[in-house]
Amino acid sequence: MATVAQNFMKLFRGSSSGSPAETTQVPQKLTRRSSGLGELARLWESETPLCILDLGSTSPTNITFFTGRGHKIYSEDLLVASTEPHLVTKDEQGTVVLDSRKFLADNLLYPAAQFDVVLCWNLADYLDESLVRPVMGRLWSVLKPGGMLLAFFHTKDAGPESPCYRFHIIGKDTLEMQRIVMRREARRGPTGAIHTAIIDGFRLQRVFNNRHIETLFRDFASIKFFLARDNVREVLVVR
Amino acid sequence: MSAPLSADLAQIGKSVVIKGELSGSEDLYVDGQVEGSISLKSHSLTVGPNGQVKASVEAKGIVVQGKLEGNVQASDRVELRKSAVVTGDITTQRISIEEGAYLKGKVDISGKAEKAAGK
Repeated sequence: MATVAQNFMKLFRGSSSGSPAETTQVPQKLTRRSSGLGELARLWESETPLCILDLGSTSPTNITFFTGRGHKIYSEDLLVASTEPHLVTKDEQGTVVLDSRKFLADNLLYPAAQFDVVLCWNLADYLDESLVRPVMGRLWSVLKPGGMLLAFFHTKDAGPESPCYRFHIIGKDTLEMQRIVMRREARRGPTGAIHTAIIDGFRLQRVFNNRHIETLFRDFASIKFFLARDNVREVLVVR
Repeated sequence: MSAPLSADLAQIGKSVVIKGELSGSEDLYVDGQVEGSISLKSHSLTVGPNGQVKASVEAKGIVVQGKLEGNVQASDRVELRKSAVVTGDITTQRISIEEGAYLKGKVDISGKAEKAAGK
């Protein structure tokens, strides 16, 4: 599995060309049925306006889906936020980790019990180890009591090269999955000079088993598992 | 990319930096840096590809191609183009977001919410 240091080395492989946001591959799109999403669907079909937090990459499809039904949607891409260089630090053993306090000082800044639903997608599988538990703790606090969180986890059959996807809701229980592909983008460095950074998606950090997942969500009131055919375990938890 | 040409369009070029309150009664194209607040009421704001706006924004229509940090209130519509990087809450009647745009914040479609509340 990739270390934090390796991930950050990948981010700053420089090149002299400065073309912004250049996509090097056509993103691959797949559709999949989601039982967890199907369970949540009855909530969005209700007349009560909901407050929904989408933690995946900004998805115009999801924003249109929810705002079209009169709900409020909050979008926050935590995986991208976790690549901020200022988060890199060392723990007491000298191991390179990400500073979870700094991360939570910049992200997930919402009042307690704000959301009816949190769409976590595959965040926990790709997020750095040092951030997983603090982030789940914060998500518990921003969910309303009775609020629901949907998360996807790879099963043990998934390889380390399992691609990271963005998820777009295209039906009651149907998702379009779009692979996060390599792209090149220009960034302004601390000196003001433009550098070219390479982002080649995110690597699977670990595989949670059922016990790990139960431990991760131990503060929640209930947990429901849905097994899928594509080496993914869907989890719906209720605060 | 050049700014759209219009008789009633004020432009802030990419080398211009403004700090403070901006208000006006014509459309505004910002390709430079603005920090503070922008109030255009019945006119439109376009943040160009080089634009970096750190301000609360109130306008009829808002098009973002560059960076915008702050809460956005549009009485008509908001368009986030593919190069847009927006951090802040958006309140509008209509929104369009191109694939590739980045948003960290809330989207609230005010017309829909009012209808739901009036039911």
